[in-house]
Amino acid sequence: MSFCPGCGKSDAGHESCVRPLDPPRFCIHCGRKLKVQVLPTGYVATCVRCPT
Amino acid sequence: MILDIAREQVLERGVGLDEAQTLEVLRLPDERVDDALELAHEVRMRHCGPEVEVEGIVSIKTGGCPEDCHFCSQSGRFETPVRAVRLDIPSLVEAARQTAATGATEFCIVAAVRGPDERLMAQVREGVKAIHDNVEINVACSLGILTREQGEELRDLGVHRYNHNLETARSHFGHVVTTHTWEERWETLQLVREMGMEVCCGGIIGMGETLEQRAELAAQFAALNPDEVPLNFLDPRPGTPFAGLEPVPAMDALRTIAAFRLALPRTILRFAGGRELTLGDLGARQGMVGGINAVIVGNYLTTLGRDPQEDLDLLAELSMPVKELSKTL
Repeated sequence: MSFCPGCGKSDAGHESCVRPLDPPRFCIHCGRKLKVQVLPTGYVATCVRCPT
Repeated sequence: MILDIAREQVLERGVGLDEAQTLEVLRLPDERVDDALELAHEVRMRHCGPEVEVEGIVSIKTGGCPEDCHFCSQSGRFETPVRAVRLDIPSLVEAARQTAATGATEFCIVAAVRGPDERLMAQVREGVKAIHDNVEINVACSLGILTREQGEELRDLGVHRYNHNLETARSHFGHVVTTHTWEERWETLQLVREMGMEVCCGGIIGMGETLEQRAELAAQFAALNPDEVPLNFLDPRPGTPFAGLEPVPAMDALRTIAAFRLALPRTILRFAGGRELTLGDLGARQGMVGGINAVIVGNYLTTLGRDPQEDLDLLAELSMPVKELSKTL
């Protein structure tokens, strides 16, 4: 099962959840909130549970 | 009519528009906005020059904020997708290095807090020193409400500019934040000036304020006379009380840029958050030739921005040199 990186839900129809200027906020493997550090020229998103 | 007055008063004499005059600019019909932008650009070129100040920002402490700023996805009071995270010092230095590599002269360290506690001050102390030791760039901070001792320490660390936004007009502030007051922010800004740091104080347009309140905010900025005003446009964030607000229409955003430049002829007026959403690529160009003379390049605190190279290419195309570090020290 995969989860929406914008809202963390697993059902379909989430095409608009992640906008072009948003980093992912939820783990696509488990649906948990990601730890996201936005940097001036990129970002790092990690799940506390799932391996990256 | 108001633009004729502004040409004589602001362009020729360098006296910014007052609140009532600013409101007249904000009420200009769409077909006059280009004229307002053109005049604002002339004012910027005459009173500030062609150089553009480039800045990068980074969050050293993201999320979990106790305050309830209704626009902010980092408030711990709202159910937002943002999870609390802290930036380690090596990553902070690397972020400053990446920022400097874009040609930026400013690097602002930001924390989502009411005001810094000792843990955050220790992090900032170490971080500012490490950046100064390793990267050629000015360091600014935005850490919320300061005590006198904290202000003194930041100054002594060599923090040359401190950001604390008024966010919105005094008369609208209670609709945006309830956990602290506009006056508390004003007091910190006075403290920053007293400490000898440059004052950076901005706001967010599009939080339900009226045009009158936008003019009020411009007048309050003029009364404060900050070195820099970062102008943000609301990016309605999921989970916040303002999630359902509509982004500011592009024409209103451009009108606001022109009006604020005419109210603040000598201030560094910086394009900040929300510009990509509100104005897009075309708007970036219009803003740069409409009174803006500074940009945040790259990403913001929790959202992504344009590729820095796009902004730098735009500045080169417009023959606007990036301000050099030697001219800011």
